[in-house]
Amino acid sequence: MARISLQVNNQHRVVETDPGTPLLYVLRNDLQLHGPKFGCGLGQCGACTVIMEGRAVRSCTTPASAAQNRNITTLEGLGSLEHPHPLQKAFIDEQAAQCAYCMSGMILAAKVLLDTNPHPSDDQIKQALNGNLCRCGSHLRVIRAVKRAASVNA
Amino acid sequence: MSLNDISRNMESPLVSRRSVLKGAGALVVYFNIFDPLTAVLAQESAEPEAASLDSWLAVDRNGIVTVFTSKVDLGTGVETALGQIVAEELDIPFSHIRMEVGDTTKTVDQGITAGSRTIERAGPQLRQASAAARQQLLKMASSRLGVPAEELVVSDGIVSAPGTAKKISYGELVGGKPFNVHIAATGEGWDLKVAPDVRAKNPNDYKIVGTSVPRVDLPPKFTAQFTYTQDVHVPGMLHGRVVRPATVAAKPASIDEDSVKNIPGVVKIVREGSFVAVVAESEWAAIQAAKGLKVTWTTPQTKLPANADAVYDYLENTKSFANRPVVNRGNTDQALAGASKKYEATFRWPFQMHGMLAPSCAVADVRGNKAIIWVPSQGPFDTRARVAKLLGIPEEQIQVIYREASGCYGRLGTDDAAEDAVVMSRAVGKPVRVQWSREDEHGWEPKGPAQLLTVRAGVDANGKVVAWDFLDRSFPWTEANGIPLVTSRQLGLHADGQGMMNGSGGGGDTYTFENQKIIAAAIPWVQPDPTPLRTSPLRAPGDLARVFASESFMDELAAGQGEDGLKFRLRYAAPNKRATDALTAVGKLANWQERPSPAREATGDVARGRGIAISARSTTVVAAVAEVEVNKSTGAVSVKKVSVAHDCGLVINPDGLKNQIEGNVIQGTSRALMEEVKYDSSGIKNLDWASYPILRYEDIPNVEITLIDRKDMPALGGGEPSIGPIPAAIANAIFDAIGARLREAPFTPERVLKAMRSA
Repeated sequence: MARISLQVNNQHRVVETDPGTPLLYVLRNDLQLHGPKFGCGLGQCGACTVIMEGRAVRSCTTPASAAQNRNITTLEGLGSLEHPHPLQKAFIDEQAAQCAYCMSGMILAAKVLLDTNPHPSDDQIKQALNGNLCRCGSHLRVIRAVKRAASVNA
Repeated sequence: MSLNDISRNMESPLVSRRSVLKGAGALVVYFNIFDPLTAVLAQESAEPEAASLDSWLAVDRNGIVTVFTSKVDLGTGVETALGQIVAEELDIPFSHIRMEVGDTTKTVDQGITAGSRTIERAGPQLRQASAAARQQLLKMASSRLGVPAEELVVSDGIVSAPGTAKKISYGELVGGKPFNVHIAATGEGWDLKVAPDVRAKNPNDYKIVGTSVPRVDLPPKFTAQFTYTQDVHVPGMLHGRVVRPATVAAKPASIDEDSVKNIPGVVKIVREGSFVAVVAESEWAAIQAAKGLKVTWTTPQTKLPANADAVYDYLENTKSFANRPVVNRGNTDQALAGASKKYEATFRWPFQMHGMLAPSCAVADVRGNKAIIWVPSQGPFDTRARVAKLLGIPEEQIQVIYREASGCYGRLGTDDAAEDAVVMSRAVGKPVRVQWSREDEHGWEPKGPAQLLTVRAGVDANGKVVAWDFLDRSFPWTEANGIPLVTSRQLGLHADGQGMMNGSGGGGDTYTFENQKIIAAAIPWVQPDPTPLRTSPLRAPGDLARVFASESFMDELAAGQGEDGLKFRLRYAAPNKRATDALTAVGKLANWQERPSPAREATGDVARGRGIAISARSTTVVAAVAEVEVNKSTGAVSVKKVSVAHDCGLVINPDGLKNQIEGNVIQGTSRALMEEVKYDSSGIKNLDWASYPILRYEDIPNVEITLIDRKDMPALGGGEPSIGPIPAAIANAIFDAIGARLREAPFTPERVLKAMRSA
C-alpha cells in the first residue's frame, strides 16, 4: 500500500492504495467519481478516458503511481447540471448520445482536442475520437456537438 | 466526501409509492423488503395491479405526475417518449413528468422491453391509464367547481370553466392522495389492455406527442450525475468476478486457493456446483484474484465446432425442430419447375456479438430468504422469476430494481450477471457487485445466432417472377425464455426446451409473387453444457440475414432481367402501400437514377455503387439506399452515405427516432462489414476489441432520413427496424460497384476480392 496524492478536478486528494491499482478504480471507488467508466480494462475502448496534465489518458491502464501529484480532470470537473461546460451544453443541444456510457470519454477527448485546436475540421474530430468506441452509433451527433462547442469558442 | 456525494452514490432503499404520493417536501418513508416494519407499509400499498389507476400514476400537491412502468430505458430514450404520451393525454407540461421505471415492487408487469414493442404496446397502456386519470380528475373538478365535466377544459394541469373564473389544479384535486379508482384491465404483459373503453385524445390535437422533446436522461449523463448499474453502491458492498473456462462450462477438477493468497482483500473463493468466482473487498483485488486463481477444468463433453464451415454444414444437414411458414401462396414447386429461367443462391450469416460497451454488471443483496438485485435487465420480472428459481424462494420475496447500463441491443450477459451476484452474495452474506471483464463479456455473452439461407426463384418468358422459395435455417435463441443461464446450469438446472425461433420476417414477405413460399426453420442448438456459442436475440433478430439474402436475391433477379432495382421492387411491392411509399421516398431522398446494375463506370482503382433494400419488422417499414466505394485492389469497402425512409406510424419524438435510425445505420454497417465471432474447438478467438473490431469514426457513413409520419396510424416501434435493410443495401451497392455478389457476411476485403475473382 502507498499514499498517492492527486490533484483531481482542482481538489487535493490523498488515497491509500496498492500503487499498481489502475487510476480508474481509485477515481471510481476511492474517490466516488463515476464519470470515468470501465469498458475493457485494456485501453481499447476509451470509456475510462480522463485528462491528465492536459492529455487524454486511459485510466484503466494507468497505474495510480503514475498519477502521483498529477492534475487530473474527470467529467465531474467540467461543469454541472446547473452550469454545464460549453462541451456538455453542446452535447445536450445535439442530443449526442443514446446510452451515453462512452460519452464521458468522448467529451474529455473532445476537450483535449479543443484545448489544442479550437476550430477542428470534421476529419480532425474523427481522428481525435477514433480510439473511443461507441456501440450505439452516436458518432454523427458527437461530431456535430464538438463543432457546436467549437463555434462557441469563436 | 460531501453529503451530495453520499446521497448520489449510495443506493438508498426504496422510496415507497406512499412517499411519492406525499410529494415534495414531505417526510420520505423508505422501505425495502428486508425491513419488517416497512414490509407492512409495502403490503398496505400492495403489489401494483393493472386494474388500479394508482398502479400507473401518482399526482403530488404540486401537480408533478409520477408514472410507474416496468418498461425500461435501454439507452434509446423511450422513457422520454412514454412521458410525452402521458403528458399529452393529461394535458400537463412535459416538465411535470417523473418516470419510475423497472422496479418489481412498484410497477405492473408490462412484459419485457424488447422487440421494438415498447411504444407500440406500453404506449397505449400508459395512454389509456392517463386518459382514465384525466376523466377522473375532470369528474372531481366538476364536483368541486359545480360545472358539468363536459364544459371543463384542461391546460397545463389546470382545470377551468371557460367564461368563468373557476379553476382548480390537478395538484389541488388529488395531490398527495391516491385515486382509489378501479379501471378495466385484461390480458398481461405486451397484451395487457388498460382502460380500453376510455376515449383518448384525437391525435390531430396532439401538442407534445410528435415534438422533439429533449431526452430527460442526457443532461445527467453528460454531467456524471447519472447512476448506471455500474455506479450502484450499497453500504458494505463487496466486489465479485466470475472465473469461467475458456471453452465450455466444464467442471472445476481442482482449485488452488493458495494461488491467490498473496492478494490482499480476497474474502472468498466461491465454488458451487461447477460455478467458480472470487469475492474481494476491492474491485482491483477481485480482478487480480480472478486472473490469478488456478483452476483445473475437467475435459468437457460438449465440443465447440472446429470452424465456421462446420457450423454451416451442421445448419444445412440437421433436421429442424420447428418450421414457421411465413407465406405459402400458390404452388411454388410447380411454378419453379415450369419457369423459363431459374435462379438459386445460398447466403451465410455468422455468429455475431452484441458487443455491449459496458461488460455485464449487477449488484445483489441476498439475506436469508429475501433478495434485492440491481440489474440492467430488459425484463425485471423475468429476472425475478429466474432468480426465484435459482434461490428456491418465492418471487414476492425478491425485489429487482432496474438501473441502466450501456446500450444492450438484445438479451445478453446482464441476466447472467444477476445470477452470479446472487450466488456470490448468498455465499458471503453481504451485498456483492459483480463486474464481468471484457474477456468474460466477449467470451460468454450469448451470441446472435448463425444463419444459412437458401433462395430460389423462377422467372417466366416475359421476365416476370412467378415463383419465390425462401428458406432460413437458423439457430434459435437458447438463452431466451426459459432456458437456464450459465450459472443456473453450473448449479445443476437443466435445459428443458429448445429455445425460441430467431424471428421469421424479411424473407421476401414485403412482396407478392403468384407462387411464394417463405419458411423459417429452427435448428437445434441446446448443448449438454453451456458454451460461449450459446445464443440469444441480437437487435432485429435474424432480420439482417434474411433481408441480406432476400434483398440481394431481388437485386440479382432485377439485374438478371436488365431492370432497375427500385422499379423492379415497386412492381412486386405494389399491393403493399406502405412499402411502396417507403421505396418511393428513399428513392427521392437518395436521388436515385433509374438504370440497371452493375454501374460499369469505374476505370480506376475505386469503384462506386449504390444499392437499395427494404424490410419490415413487426409493423414498421424501412427502405434504405447505401452508397459505397470499393477499392478493387484491396477489396476494402467504404460506406459513404446511407439514406433511410422510415415508417413507424405515428411519430412520438422525431429527433429521438432519428437518433435511433442513425445508430441502426452505423451498427448495421459495422455488422455488415466487419463483425464475425471467430472460434475453434478450443474457444472463442476474439476476446477483445482488437480482435472483434467495430466501426470507428473514420468509417462512419453520413446518414439522411425521411420520416413518414402517419397520424392516422398507431405509433409503432423504432428501436430495431432500421438496422434490417442495411447489410442488404450495402451488399447491393457493392454489386453495383464491382459486379460481384457477396453471399457471406461480413463483407471483408478478402471476401470482396474472392467475389470479384469468381464473378
